[in-house]
Amino acid sequence: MNCVLELKNLGFVYGKGTPFEKRAVDNVSLTIKRGEFIGVIGHTGSGKSTLMQMLNGLMRPGEGQVLLDGRDIWEQPKKIREVRFKVGMVFQYPEYQLFEETVYRDIAFGAKNKGLEGDALDKAVRDAADFTGLKPALLDKSPFDLSGGEKRRAAIAGVIAMNPEVLVLDEPTAGLDPMGREVLLSQITRYHKECHNTVLLVSHSMEDIARVADRIIVMNKGKLAMFEPTKEVFRRGDELSRYGLKVPQITNIMQALRRRGFDVPEGVLTVDEAFDALLPLLQKEGKLW
Amino acid sequence: MRDVAFGQYFPGSSLVHRLDPRAKILMFIAYIVIIFCTFNYAALGITTAFTALFLILSGISPKFYFKSLKVIIFIVIFTSLLNLFYGSGAPIWQWWIFRITPNGIHRAVFVTVRIICLILASSCLTFTTSPTELTDAIERLMKPLKAVRFPVHEIAMMMSLALRFVPTLLEETDKIMQAQKARGADMESGNLFKRVKALIPILIPLFVSAFRRAYDVATAMECRCYRGGAGRTRMKQIHLAARDVIAFVTLALVIGGVIVCNSLMSGVL
Ligand SMILES: Nc1ncnc2c1ncn2[C@@H]1O[C@H](COP(=O)(O)OP(=O)(O)OP(=O)(O)O)[C@@H](O)[C@H]1O
Ligand SMILES: [Mg+2]
Repeated sequence: MNCVLELKNLGFVYGKGTPFEKRAVDNVSLTIKRGEFIGVIGHTGSGKSTLMQMLNGLMRPGEGQVLLDGRDIWEQPKKIREVRFKVGMVFQYPEYQLFEETVYRDIAFGAKNKGLEGDALDKAVRDAADFTGLKPALLDKSPFDLSGGEKRRAAIAGVIAMNPEVLVLDEPTAGLDPMGREVLLSQITRYHKECHNTVLLVSHSMEDIARVADRIIVMNKGKLAMFEPTKEVFRRGDELSRYGLKVPQITNIMQALRRRGFDVPEGVLTVDEAFDALLPLLQKEGKLW
Repeated sequence: MRDVAFGQYFPGSSLVHRLDPRAKILMFIAYIVIIFCTFNYAALGITTAFTALFLILSGISPKFYFKSLKVIIFIVIFTSLLNLFYGSGAPIWQWWIFRITPNGIHRAVFVTVRIICLILASSCLTFTTSPTELTDAIERLMKPLKAVRFPVHEIAMMMSLALRFVPTLLEETDKIMQAQKARGADMESGNLFKRVKALIPILIPLFVSAFRRAYDVATAMECRCYRGGAGRTRMKQIHLAARDVIAFVTLALVIGGVIVCNSLMSGVL
């Protein structure tokens, strides 16, 4: 079976039947293939976090189904815990969940719950710490003595240590410094490349998403607005701006250059790509060297 | 966890919403006394009708009142059963150790109606009065205690801060629980010891964040030069209005009615 996750007419309403009723997710259907890197974008309050929390059974969908490996995750509500080991979820601001005496034990918490022991547990913890760029020296410290960015890494490592088939990250880089964002992002891509697991990344940074995602889910007011390959999504800049989103700055610049008659390719998404596209142009015109 | 109806405030502009919160608290206290001083069905009927009047005037959907009753349904059933079987007098029905007397039936009815009325009335109070209004009113009502050096303002400030953080902490608990569940924390199975142990991953982050918030609030208050109650004025003044007087008169009539019923007719308890 090639698809990991399949959502069928998924819907969720907060506070049903109260004056505070709020429809957060509305009739979302899509399928995600094994090993894909999916970006999730949408303006604030568009239902991204709610959608993500339904993927591992933290929230029970009011309508529709979530199929994991072809089976409805709520088929046996008693076994929902097993789904949580398969779909790892890193929350927005995950550093609040740290509680153990040492960073090591905190990272081990999830893996231990999954049933790992002894050497396997130790390896899982150390690998996860390595993936997120936590230095081994930090493992014996109290998690409360870490810096904000290090706490974030420890929390992410705690989920990666469970080795989930699908890793969901809800704005993992929010509130980090530019360098920290960069590093964390490349560590996530490295994890995706080496482990061949499926990754879903929610982010408000179009630049980040453009760099790493194969396909992009665009949410708008709880509805699935688009689910297309990255290039396709960012080619439809006008449509994106209607959903309160933007294309990456570099894409805008390259489009402006095209409009002025320069021969640059369409759909340039990252600075590196732009660099590769512009360099030959400059050399040809003889303005460089 | 967040759909507990009991104790929630529903903004609105009904007559009950607009009553002076001080009047509402005083009436509530008087009401508690009356409901336990009803000794026959006529008196009980008057107070029940009075409760119903307020519930209707509050303009809040009966659904929420039912929801608040759901929490205590077992207490009601339990106490009324106890009363049913422990009445005095000649039994009208008997089986093994269970005996039901007319007195037992009356007592069961009274205790059920009283508890239900109490819960409905307190729900009505909290549904229609915001926590700020409540603490404000309590502060005003306790003002005379200042004469004996009772720190009225400080207590009220502590109360309103505590109330302010109840929803925040609930939300936080929810969030932390979700995060730990995502890491496979098992909170629903196992024996008592296991379950208590399962609370640690939730309580520790909760305490850490509660302390952090407490420090933040303290700093924020200091930055705005808060230095206790002396000389502080209020942005919102509360005044007694005609509707409050009418409410008091109605309450007085109910009290009068209950007294008359109690003295004219014989008690059934
Ligand atoms: N616990 C809750 N109770 C009630 N309403 C909620 C709750 N959580 C979210 N909502 C509402 O549901 C909608 C979707 O929220 P959600 O958190 O999924 O948005 P989001 O896309 O993740 O936003 P952001 O980018 O700001 O994280 C919002 O309008 C929000 O107000
Ligand atoms: Mg979110």
